[in-house]
Amino acid sequence: MRKVRVLIRLKPTLMDAQGVVLKRALKQLGYNSVTDVRVGKLIEITIDCDDDKRVMAEVKEMCQRLLANPVIEEFEVLDETTPTSAR
Amino acid sequence: MRFGVVVFPGSNCDQDCYHVIRNVLKKPVEYIWHERTDLNRFDCIVLPGGFSYGDYLRPGAIARFAKTMDALSEFVERGGLVIGICNGFQILLEAGLLPGAMLRNRSLRFICKYVHLRVENEKTPFTNLYRSGQVVRMPIAHGDGNYYCDEDTLAELESKGQIVFRYCDELGNITDDANPNGSIANIAGICNEQKNVLGMMPHPERCSETILGSSDGLLLWKSITNWVEGNGRI
Repeated sequence: MRKVRVLIRLKPTLMDAQGVVLKRALKQLGYNSVTDVRVGKLIEITIDCDDDKRVMAEVKEMCQRLLANPVIEEFEVLDETTPTSAR
Repeated sequence: MRFGVVVFPGSNCDQDCYHVIRNVLKKPVEYIWHERTDLNRFDCIVLPGGFSYGDYLRPGAIARFAKTMDALSEFVERGGLVIGICNGFQILLEAGLLPGAMLRNRSLRFICKYVHLRVENEKTPFTNLYRSGQVVRMPIAHGDGNYYCDEDTLAELESKGQIVFRYCDELGNITDDANPNGSIANIAGICNEQKNVLGMMPHPERCSETILGSSDGLLLWKSITNWVEGNGRI
């Protein structure tokens, strides 16, 4: 078993409306040094496969086909696959 | 001519579209469950509004993999007419049948109100009874209607007449104040290069009877029948 994490972010050139609102809220709470906030998604995928290379290739394909929209988003498959015990 | 209205789990404007086509336009129409693949008998297929699959991941991201969507791509290649309204537009974008993508409304609010639209191209199967430059009123109801595409795509949309509707003020001026959601170039609706696929965020099915406050949407449905029954002449 492997657990893989995928980070999905809006492209840096796009305005992130959620981030703008959070930045304003953080400033209201007194965090005046905050200069930028951007919100992404974290997706954790558990795969029944122990071949790290295959796992990474498959997850990358999942991102391209479904998990990220290449018009507005970029994705990052976090490098380290974590072995998890089978249940 | 025969219409079909695709029903996904979470569609909620399917019955409104069906009602307008059957009872107002008075044309044959049937529902198409999202697993059906026999689309040959239809002339125009509607992807209705709603929240297919709960908008999980991104609006339209899951629905685009429905079995009907594969058949729909072939239907489009054969020249069949497809109109995606609201969530239907989002599905067409996710499926790559139209260029670009939807972002959250810049206000982050779900916006449900009447807006003014300017008809930008009357030479399509969907708008041939309007006049270019005509200002119409239609309601919008969405949280993710902030249309985005890159600059090259935008230039192509402009030069090929693929921008069909833009948000405007009541006089037809394209202003930022009249832009409800932050869409690039005030875009409210676009079509593909072949002009047989239209995606739009406003709801023509909700304004096709005067009792509902506006019948400006009815001309869109009539344009479709005009085009099909006139064998593709505009």
